[in-house]
Amino acid sequence: MNPLQTYLMIAAALFAIGFAGAVLRRNAILMLMGIELMLNAANLSFLAFARHGAALEQVNGMVFVLFSIAIAAAEAGVGLALIIAVYRHFKTTDLDHVNTLRG
Amino acid sequence: MDSLDQIFIRLKHQLVAFAPQAIQPFLSMLLNIAAIIAVFGLLFALVTVLERKGLGRIQNRRGPNRVGPAGFLQFAADGIKALIKEDIVPAGADRLLHFIAPFVLVVPVLLAYSVLPMGRNMVAIDLDAGVLFFFAAGAATELSPFLAGWASANKYSLLGALRAIAQMLSYEIPLVLAAVPVVMMAGTLSTVQLVDAQAGYWGWLPNWHVCTPWGLAGFILFMIAATAESNRSPFDLPEGESELVAGYFVEYSGFKFALFFLGEYLGMFAVSGLAITLFLGGWHAPLPWLTFLPSWFWFFAKLLLLIAFFIWIRGTLPRLRMDQLMNFAWKFLLPLALINLVVTGLCRFLPGDGWKGGLLQWLVGGSILLMAWWGLGRFLSTRRGWTKRTYRYAE
Amino acid sequence: MTPNLFILALLVIGGAAAAMTLRNLIHCALALALSFLGLAGLFLHLNAQFVGFAQILVYVGAVSIVILFAILLTRGGDTQEPPLPKKGLLAGGLITVGVFAILSGGIGGSHLLPLVHPSPPAPSEPTVAEIGKVMMLSCVVPLLATGVLLTAALLGALLLALKEKQTEPPSRP
Repeated sequence: MNPLQTYLMIAAALFAIGFAGAVLRRNAILMLMGIELMLNAANLSFLAFARHGAALEQVNGMVFVLFSIAIAAAEAGVGLALIIAVYRHFKTTDLDHVNTLRG
Repeated sequence: MDSLDQIFIRLKHQLVAFAPQAIQPFLSMLLNIAAIIAVFGLLFALVTVLERKGLGRIQNRRGPNRVGPAGFLQFAADGIKALIKEDIVPAGADRLLHFIAPFVLVVPVLLAYSVLPMGRNMVAIDLDAGVLFFFAAGAATELSPFLAGWASANKYSLLGALRAIAQMLSYEIPLVLAAVPVVMMAGTLSTVQLVDAQAGYWGWLPNWHVCTPWGLAGFILFMIAATAESNRSPFDLPEGESELVAGYFVEYSGFKFALFFLGEYLGMFAVSGLAITLFLGGWHAPLPWLTFLPSWFWFFAKLLLLIAFFIWIRGTLPRLRMDQLMNFAWKFLLPLALINLVVTGLCRFLPGDGWKGGLLQWLVGGSILLMAWWGLGRFLSTRRGWTKRTYRYAE
Repeated sequence: MTPNLFILALLVIGGAAAAMTLRNLIHCALALALSFLGLAGLFLHLNAQFVGFAQILVYVGAVSIVILFAILLTRGGDTQEPPLPKKGLLAGGLITVGVFAILSGGIGGSHLLPLVHPSPPAPSEPTVAEIGKVMMLSCVVPLLATGVLLTAALLGALLLALKEKQTEPPSRP
């Protein structure tokens, strides 16, 4: 198994764990943590391809990952502010209880 | 005098040559690490005594004077006391987090020393993104107050921890923004190249970054933000001795408390070292005829000067309240740092060479910065207006 | 797979698994920070110095702390979650294994990947100056758009988290 496959397997495992956590945990903050794990798994696979892949330019992978980190940080900030605002209204972070719009 | 300058490097080369070829890189790195820990550990010990004596003199008293000649072995007494004290962990505390909190503080701070050039050829590792590594190591220490405050199972230490983290996060932004103009003008993030860019003398004035208007403003901003980052007075509300006893490490005793103390002081030295590298010319001598003194002497002389400055500020200024702290960071330092960035760009493209260019830089850049400082001080940071004092009595 | 790569991978995956399954929310967030640190180590292995240090600065130094603050603001003193039901754990394990199987099937069975084995010899590591050149010359529009996005996110987060103004004045004696 060449190094590229090793890194991609690690990224796949990280993505799978993040996905399962984001889908199954009921707490909103844990769901956000799962999403962050999935984004990090994608970053890792980008860098693995940039280093061990067939493309010649390593810089493109790094620039993409830098943008991804910045955007993920912005998304985490806004997401957590949303969770705090929802908590203030519903007094719970359990997403199953935030169901007043259910038809 | 090259021989005295490189004496430590040649000593290291001679020691490493005794080992077999295969492990020589590891031995070299190990010697670097041992040297850093030894030197800065001794400096920590010295500075604790110097600080207590300095503060004492500022407050018209003598400071510790019983242990050793004029009290200079006080650090040994403090160390022995810290080691033999009983290590108390509160009953409801989270034992694992309580244990690792001091290490989360000390380990990243020691890592940050590896990119500081302490003399000619005397840097532990020459990273291409050295300044970013330093700030990343500084950011990694921010989890430690939280771990300490949370794991102590004490409402007051949790409160102190949250205040400490809010303060550290708020002041990290002016700290990094004050370093960005230097990186912009030198064109590199590597600390060794930053020091090399400040070489040379211009008449008898050194070519340091602090001798330019944007560099001086950046240096002042950096030092203020650094004082706040290491929780030193006047920004030491999280560990306010008269208010929260010891803030987030109130439940720590014995050696772990000493480790927190060590981590805080090492952080202070590290950020002073970075200020020296970025603004004060690293290991260069200030005047052209003083270059016979070795480079490491100049680095440590500047370091001691900055430490004396920290001690002086601690003894002189009163403590800032939490809301005053936050206002100061967000409404004064941050806009000033951004304006400094713009002024740096302006100074980069001003015409002129030699002394005319320098004079133009100082006139234009200095006037914009002074106006910004005055304007922000007057209008932005004290927006609260005094309202009529009202009283509410208990029913 | 060298020993230090193995340790880092263990740290990453172990931290992620702990973050998703532990009961105490604070422990979950701290395990996530540990996973991010391991990821930074992996980034450094992949010759990405700038990205690795940016990962520590942004994720460990800021995002983890924001998550911890949000946990404290929405939970207060009690951060114990109710224990996951057995069905939940089983479903979680199945989903994890399923997604991992799909992805690794794609990785292992791809006919393109063996073309890059053995890896080309380590090309010279891109310096920060090169990253800066690419960002300013060819990627300047995404850079400015990211700046606008970060400003909008900052303002939006502030507005969302602000307390609502009191609609009734406080009663006076």
